[in-house]
Amino acid sequence: MIKFTNVFKAFPKGGLALKDVSFHIAKGEFVFLTGHSGAGKSTVLKLIYAEEPATSGEVRVSGFNLAEARRKDIPRLRRRLGIVFQDFRLLEDRTAEENVAFALEVTGARRASIPARVMRVLTQVGLAAKAQAYPRELSGGEQQRVAIARALVNEPTVLLADEPTGNLDERATRGVFQLLRDINASGTAVVMATHDLDLVRQAPYRVIELQEGALMYDSAVDEPRDEAASP
Amino acid sequence: MNLVIREALLAFRRAPLLSALSVTTIAFSLFVVGLFGLVAVNLQQALRDVAERVEIVAYLLPGAPIETITLAQKDIEAFPEVQAASYVSEDQALQRARTELVEFRDVLQELERNPLPASIEVKLKPRFRDVDHVNDVAERLRGFGFVDDVRFGRDWVEKLDRLRQIAAAVGLVVGAAFAAVAIIIIGTTIRMAVLQRSREIAIMRLVGATDGFVRRPFLLQGALKGMLGGLAAVALSYGAYALINRWLIHAAFFSRDQAVAIVGFGMLIGFFGSAASVGRHLRKV
Ligand SMILES: Nc1ncnc2c1ncn2[C@@H]1O[C@H](COP(=O)(O)OP(=O)(O)OP(=O)(O)O)[C@@H](O)[C@H]1O
Ligand SMILES: [Mg+2]
Repeated sequence: MIKFTNVFKAFPKGGLALKDVSFHIAKGEFVFLTGHSGAGKSTVLKLIYAEEPATSGEVRVSGFNLAEARRKDIPRLRRRLGIVFQDFRLLEDRTAEENVAFALEVTGARRASIPARVMRVLTQVGLAAKAQAYPRELSGGEQQRVAIARALVNEPTVLLADEPTGNLDERATRGVFQLLRDINASGTAVVMATHDLDLVRQAPYRVIELQEGALMYDSAVDEPRDEAASP
Repeated sequence: MNLVIREALLAFRRAPLLSALSVTTIAFSLFVVGLFGLVAVNLQQALRDVAERVEIVAYLLPGAPIETITLAQKDIEAFPEVQAASYVSEDQALQRARTELVEFRDVLQELERNPLPASIEVKLKPRFRDVDHVNDVAERLRGFGFVDDVRFGRDWVEKLDRLRQIAAAVGLVVGAAFAAVAIIIIGTTIRMAVLQRSREIAIMRLVGATDGFVRRPFLLQGALKGMLGGLAAVALSYGAYALINRWLIHAAFFSRDQAVAIVGFGMLIGFFGSAASVGRHLRKV
């Protein structure tokens, strides 16, 4: 469903951010993307949601060959993805409910169907009671739940999360991570970039590790490693 | 309510200060254009008033039969350029001379024989009051057998022509310059509105909004701001006009169509300015 084949990415100003990266993520998988700062985790995600084009190699996402996709195809791709960031990226002047509804309105969803769908995902992330709150009235963990609800409301096949717990304390981190696991358990693939090796060790999920833009280790392909060797 | 309308109105509510600022900027830019327009309108009116006096007089040979003259007068009135042709008999000419030339009243009183010829006075329609048409009509008048001589103030009509050309050229250049300045200022204002919402645009695109979806509320908002600015500009122009009228000179104001044109111009700049700004922004992200 997500397939990288010999992908290189060079930024105009800056060296190679990705070097010959290949991997395949199947439907319903949970994958950790790890590596030091600057290793290329965010870049991999940006290539997946077509924020950046690959310099060479092939990126296929949910049936789209991104090298061939035109600008006008990108919205259709993104509606099949849910995207979550470390900094939440909520619209400050809209309530939780409105932020989530916005993602549906953008797609031209039937107006009458929107409130029920919004409430359903807000309930799923445990924030139904705060539907009317503005982002500034919510804690970081709660804001991230709103962002996750927004990502889920279009029923994506993949949820991309770029350090979703990066700004959260330990308790909130556990809560958000559990939420992502639940989402994955109900069939949605999750690709989560993270620094947090405790989280990575906690769960039996696939790990893809990048180092200076190269794929160092993929637990689906390589031998399992002992603790001492991992970063 | 339609989503595009809601989003466009929301932008006013969310950024009231910036919105007010853009409307004010648009209003004052268009006000400058409007003031220039007022000058142009009044200049044109003044020129038209002067052109009222363009007249061709065909002096008739003595003894031309009145039936022939009446027929010819009908013919002349049927010329496409002619607004009116009136016959002035010898007696009428004399009477007119007596009332108009007061200094010569005594001389005129003592005349034994009327020395003044009868004439046909021809007034052209406003749009034909220039040298070429005046010449043309004069030439045709000369063709009538009973016409002795045809007169019009050639120098004067030529000067009037020249004045009109200068006014048109200056008006075009200065008007275009003012309009260009207004477009640039308004474009910059609108660009600020787009930049202010760049984070929002990025989020919209992230959740799968098409370029059209992002663009439409901006276009509506731009047109709306342009319209409000245009209305304010017309109001300001009216204020200026009222002051000038009261304290300086009797002036003319825009016709309804001209006022509508100013508002329409504001709407167009707002609309296309937004289209250009959002388009440029979207091409970069
Ligand atoms: N827009 C850009 N222009 C130039 N270079 C860039 C750009 N974005 C990323 N890079 C470079 O690409 C490399 C990988 O960056 P990336 O953001 O993918 O790292 P990361 O693994 O997500 O790091 P972090 O853990 O700090 O978020 C870095 O060297 C970075 O400087
Ligand atoms: Mg990153």
